[in-house]
Amino acid sequence: MTTVKNALYALGLPAALVTLWWGLTIDSTSFYVPKPGQLAVTLWNEWVGERFLTDFLPSVGRLTAGLVATILLGILLGALIGSVRWLRTLTEPLLEFLRAIPPPVLVPLLMLLIGINNQMKVVVIISGAIWPVLLNTVEGVRAIDTVLTNTCRSYRIGGLARWKYLVLPSASPQMMTGIRQSLSIGLILMVISEMFGSSSGLGFTIVLFQRAFAIPEMWSGIVVLGLIGIVLSVIFQVAERRVLHWYHGLRKAQRDA
Amino acid sequence: MSSNPDSTTPTLSVRGLRKVYHSKSGDVEAIRNLTFDIAPGELTCIVGPSGAGKTTLLKCVAGLLSITSGTIELEGKPVTEPPAAMAVVFQEYGRSLFPWMTVQDNVDLPLKTQGVPKAERAQRVAEALAAVELAHVPRSYPWQLSGGMQQRVAIARAVAYRPHVLLMDEPFAAVDAQTRADLEDLIRSIWHRLGVTILFVTHDIDESIYLGGRVLVLSNSPTVVQEDVRIDLPDERDQLTTRNLPEFAEARSHIYAQIQRAKTTTGNTIANDATETAH
Amino acid sequence: MATRSSTISVTTKRRHRRARASSALLGAAGIVLFLVAWEAVPRLGLVQERFLPAATTVIDRFVTYLFDSSFWASAGHTMAAWGIGLAISTIAAIAAGLIIGSSTFLRRATFTTIEFLRPIPSVALIPLAVLLFGAEIKSSLLLVIYASFWQVLIQVLYGVADVDPVAYNTARSFRMGRLARIRYVVWPTALPYIMTGIRLASAVALILAITAELIIGSPGLGEQIALTQSGNQVPEMYALILATGFIGVLINVVVRRVERSVLAWHTSVRGEAVL
Repeated sequence: MTTVKNALYALGLPAALVTLWWGLTIDSTSFYVPKPGQLAVTLWNEWVGERFLTDFLPSVGRLTAGLVATILLGILLGALIGSVRWLRTLTEPLLEFLRAIPPPVLVPLLMLLIGINNQMKVVVIISGAIWPVLLNTVEGVRAIDTVLTNTCRSYRIGGLARWKYLVLPSASPQMMTGIRQSLSIGLILMVISEMFGSSSGLGFTIVLFQRAFAIPEMWSGIVVLGLIGIVLSVIFQVAERRVLHWYHGLRKAQRDA
Repeated sequence: MSSNPDSTTPTLSVRGLRKVYHSKSGDVEAIRNLTFDIAPGELTCIVGPSGAGKTTLLKCVAGLLSITSGTIELEGKPVTEPPAAMAVVFQEYGRSLFPWMTVQDNVDLPLKTQGVPKAERAQRVAEALAAVELAHVPRSYPWQLSGGMQQRVAIARAVAYRPHVLLMDEPFAAVDAQTRADLEDLIRSIWHRLGVTILFVTHDIDESIYLGGRVLVLSNSPTVVQEDVRIDLPDERDQLTTRNLPEFAEARSHIYAQIQRAKTTTGNTIANDATETAH
Repeated sequence: MATRSSTISVTTKRRHRRARASSALLGAAGIVLFLVAWEAVPRLGLVQERFLPAATTVIDRFVTYLFDSSFWASAGHTMAAWGIGLAISTIAAIAAGLIIGSSTFLRRATFTTIEFLRPIPSVALIPLAVLLFGAEIKSSLLLVIYASFWQVLIQVLYGVADVDPVAYNTARSFRMGRLARIRYVVWPTALPYIMTGIRLASAVALILAITAELIIGSPGLGEQIALTQSGNQVPEMYALILATGFIGVLINVVVRRVERSVLAWHTSVRGEAVL
């Protein structure tokens, strides 16, 4: 019975909204709002086929490459800066300024420096998405429980072992928060880099549709972007639950105490 | 087995220990002058009024705090950083265990980083967990266990490590009385079995008498050793009978009086008293 | 009588004052190093000057802009889109969050819809904005409001979920109406979360405002950056980018200060993320 109830909660509002949408557009010939059925058909026609290979996959590929590089670089640099005190003091004001620059403005700048190619788009993603990861890693690496630090010292756990068993796990909740934010920034930047300076990709295609007033096609592109966002979010949540299951357990134990 | 009971050299030698804290609001002399020796295999308790610098002393001995002057020697070698032959059990058990590791992995970690081979590690971990009666929860996480069990894990970790000296910083202060009694007996049984030298800091007078062969009473800050009390109780102790012995009550009232004195005695007053009596 | 041998020695005070000054100096040194590198790289020819103008060139253009009223007009447009969008989305999100959060039924019923809509990047709405509003501030507002709304909403929902059930039930047993309960129990608990949401949303709002201007061409600094880029006015473009950075820093500083003063009475012990 509870599974039925859960399903109703999960699907109730969405189903109601879709029904409303369908009902409102039954007789309409609105230019801007496609009918649900029409949208589904367009989605299939446009995106399952050649465009999948020429636009969808390259975009997703660049996004993936950008995010992976972001996470690795962000954690590496963040761990370095967080653990070397003078380095942190040296770079702090500079980093505060650099991360305050809205990442989209770097698109024309990077176009100028790198040109209009895949590298530029990946660098654009990194340039904006790295900040939450880097700064959160810095904070996470700094704020390790002193009792744990003393425990490691008294058992002479140092060097690489200390990183592997103390610092990185301790900072991981903070890092995951940063990574979550960088996922959404990365996606935004992927789209912007393709809308602004590109001749292929999801962003470019959507703008193309809009300029040609191919409205259902435009909406289908928006839906695809939305789906990518959702898939990223789901992947992240699955990964987070695995990596941080100890953290959730710990917090729950503390709350229930 | 690590310590040599026939040796006459003390396992732990503290001479003229002085510790001054420098902070934004000024310098605080936490410890003025501490001098004592711990013989191999002794179970020594340290008591004193709040703020007497007991934890500071333990951290200095453990090599976790730098000292202002004086010497600390472990088996003849000066302590400048945490020595390999020492293990510490902290009061905050919840924060001294790694929450991202299972009980088993927590106990295993110091051995792993020391390079102990896998098979031997598994055996030592199993033995240690059995010694603290936690053989049934190796794959649980620390936060799934009660406070007393978490402290047992910390003790198991120290036991598996096979230190020459075990330092314990008020380990049972945050645990309920019933659990504390069980843990006290656990410490004595481990001490008997392994023959390890133990330095046990506590604020609980009864506990210090029940556990120790010797009790060091510290003065208030700036701290000196106010008195070194030998505990005259049988080696085999149990919660019910031992605590009812007349020797126990005697020791308790004696140390209690000492603590009361200690609350108003500091390194300054003892120095003043000394100069006065010299007249 | 026990006395502490502690005097606030002059040496100690001096030591700490020196420490603070040296870290400020080190931080400034970091910026100086960056500027020196920025000056050296194009001048040494490591990168062509027409792609990366020297720092002094850019700073010169930047100062020129500061005396240019049309620059300030553009900046004003950006801030208008930012401010209006942030205000509307915050109010809407707080209202929605309080209502949804305080009803178990609504929370469960809306969960999937929120989790579905929230990861949709607001840039996906750019074509729609172009169709509906064209190159006007309303386009910027559409994007800003959509993105900022979710930031604040999520935080408000966290905040309401954090309300101590004991306190809430106590209020109910005193027969406090829903509005009173929200005001005296829910609101103080949710306030730190709301401030976090506003902080995150203020950064997001700036990003989306600039994005809309950059790509759609609604009035503002982003539009100016796009114009300088297409007109090959490279140092000017860099100068404008610098300006957006300063605006970003200013927003961060102001919001943090506001957050601190609003929450001065509230000991917020949550381990928040940095951004």
